[in-house]
Amino acid sequence: MKKALLTASAAAFAIAASAGYASARDQIQVAGSSTVLPYAKIVAEQFGETFTNFKTPVIESGGSSAGLKEFCKGVGENTVDIANSSRKIKDSEVKSCAEAGVKDVQEVQFGYDGIVFATDVKGPDWALTPEDVYKALAAKIAVDGKLVDNPNTKWNQVNPNLPDWDIAAYIPGEKHGTREVFEEKLLIAGCHSLGGVEAGKASGLDDKASESACKAVRKDGKAVDIDGDYSETLARIDSNKTGVGVFGLAFYENNADKLKVATVGGITPSVETIAKGEYPVSRPLYFYVKKAHLGVVPGLKEYVEFFLDDQMVGPEGPLAEYGLVPAPDAERAAQRDAFGTGKTM
Amino acid sequence: MTDISLDTLTTSAARPRRDIGIKKRYAAERRFRLYGVLAIAVGLAFLGVMLTSIISKGYTAFWQTTVTLAINFDEKVIDPSNKRATDPNVLITANYPKLAEAALIEKLGIDPNDKAEVRKLKGFLSDSSRVQLRAIVAADPSVIGTTRNVDILAAANMDSAFKGQIDLEVPESRRKVSDQQVEWMNKLKAEGVMAEHFNTGLFSYGASSRPETSGVGVALIGSFYMMVIVLLLALPIGVAASIYLEEFAKKSRFTDLIEVNINNLAAVPSIVFGLLGLAVFINFLGLPRSASFVGGLVLTLMTLPTIIIATRAALAAVPPSIRSAALGLGASKMQMVFQHILPLAAPGILTGTIIGLARALGETAPLLLIGMVAFVADYPKTPFDPATALPVQIYMWANEAERAFVERMSGAIIILLIFLMAMNIVAIVLRRRFERRW
Repeated sequence: MKKALLTASAAAFAIAASAGYASARDQIQVAGSSTVLPYAKIVAEQFGETFTNFKTPVIESGGSSAGLKEFCKGVGENTVDIANSSRKIKDSEVKSCAEAGVKDVQEVQFGYDGIVFATDVKGPDWALTPEDVYKALAAKIAVDGKLVDNPNTKWNQVNPNLPDWDIAAYIPGEKHGTREVFEEKLLIAGCHSLGGVEAGKASGLDDKASESACKAVRKDGKAVDIDGDYSETLARIDSNKTGVGVFGLAFYENNADKLKVATVGGITPSVETIAKGEYPVSRPLYFYVKKAHLGVVPGLKEYVEFFLDDQMVGPEGPLAEYGLVPAPDAERAAQRDAFGTGKTM
Repeated sequence: MTDISLDTLTTSAARPRRDIGIKKRYAAERRFRLYGVLAIAVGLAFLGVMLTSIISKGYTAFWQTTVTLAINFDEKVIDPSNKRATDPNVLITANYPKLAEAALIEKLGIDPNDKAEVRKLKGFLSDSSRVQLRAIVAADPSVIGTTRNVDILAAANMDSAFKGQIDLEVPESRRKVSDQQVEWMNKLKAEGVMAEHFNTGLFSYGASSRPETSGVGVALIGSFYMMVIVLLLALPIGVAASIYLEEFAKKSRFTDLIEVNINNLAAVPSIVFGLLGLAVFINFLGLPRSASFVGGLVLTLMTLPTIIIATRAALAAVPPSIRSAALGLGASKMQMVFQHILPLAAPGILTGTIIGLARALGETAPLLLIGMVAFVADYPKTPFDPATALPVQIYMWANEAERAFVERMSGAIIILLIFLMAMNIVAIVLRRRFERRW
């Protein structure tokens, strides 16, 4: 038996060395953001069904940063063709890309994603403002022009219109792209309008340091970082009925029977209000295409064009149905043109 | 004298017994037993809770709601300009979901011109009807123009509603199925047109963005490839290494060092092997990403220490008398090992191997870095094509927003648990049947 096993494993090696991995890759490989993943999956699946001569693209999920890192590994068959990202590529990443030989990168912005606050469906209505969020969740807040440790323990101390609930917020952890939007559009915005920046400067911090003091989240257990995905946040809300969670709009819409969404600045988040730019907490979604792979990996060009087609990213398309906020008509047309003409970054 | 002896006797009988703490010691033992029982009870309770929650959430994944419809393969819809003889693309791009919709409209007795009513049908049937009906037409183009009964999958939300997983008490605007759709669903149910069938798709479909057409097919094949690769590589290498270390190598500082290292490797977190796989197999050797071959190699590295440790223990457990007897009869050392020691150690080796394989089957972390935590819809033809693995599929479904993926996740956990249990039972049976005690 041992002999048979040895022969078999030798054979396995031989197959590995010779036949198996000589042919070129015929399947598009995509890596990156878990926020973009559901949209990319819908497109990939329909792409595979529509273009029967191409294989369905493979889409890895591991986060925007991890995806861009793989993307910037270089050009060639065992590198990914597209990186999905829930934030714009950073200058440092563009640089490391160029150093590895990935010089021509095409940026595609395909729509927007809203970030919403939601509570248990049986709770009262919530109306939040960026100021409320800042006052409830920042580590230090401005009181009489000075930065002090956040004294608030209940939501109604923050704003008398909010319920008498202990502050318990489940916010995206620091490895999420969502966190950046949360910090920028809520904490920093609230901080600015409540004079937190001035208070920071008064305590001897420079501009940058007082801004980062704004977005420091309290660490006393009232704000809980969720490093998993939204289903974990949902589970937390399920077990703590007076908790407040941060979700993507698409996730909320799929679970509207369990969650009640809060207005921010008086605006109810929806595909329409985000598309109009009324709802403040949203962000653009991107993917990045390696130009050197166009024409080499079969179907890559067709996949991007299919993605950008109004059938997919348009207001009537399946992505909008899932929860993507479509870009305005002119913007979509501009993206198609930019990709068609081969515009690189 | 008698007095004295009597006296001593009575005093000795009356003298209190020396306190040797017997009561206390018995009490301690009873307490210890109680702790033991409690520990087991807590363990069993947790296992019970876990299994109940998984099974109660997951058993419904093995059933899928379908709607049996008389599909009229209408030439006007499939090939309106009658060009299919010259342009085969027509049959690929035809609007097949329209056929299913038309059949449903007829079944429900809706006026096809009432656009508002027809729009409410959106989201009742799965979009997978496109692929399903296209396959029927592709297999037999003569079906065009005829009518045939086809089981069309219900869309995931209707499936959940049919299984009673959607709370119909909440206001209509807050749930994914409308009152009208529920009414239609009940009507079709009463007619027996809409019913649950065993979900073979759960085993045959690959990943999908639609819950109703997603399954563990690709993951099962990926896991199978990886297990074969692990078995073919880890078993011979592991057994050879342990035979050499146990039977041939002289005890020296160097072999001690190796032994310590193997024991340490067995405790290394599995993600580290993933990093190694990314650096060596993908970046250095240039093997493809997301391929089960690379996954198999990484899991081989991870399983090797387990197999080596188990094999060495099994070899060491063979009594020295067997070795002496073989050598005494004139066998060479090689003959002694392969003809006498190895067969006797085989049950132990196999048990160790199966347990190592079972551990490898359940790993996700090392696969993350080599790109196997991915959406893969197409079946892998060779181990070099992109694939996923069973635990990866569970992880991917756990991240989904749609309700219907929750039951599929639990269903996939049940499948994985069945495999793991089967492997462990094989290990136990092997040990029971073939293990020799000396």
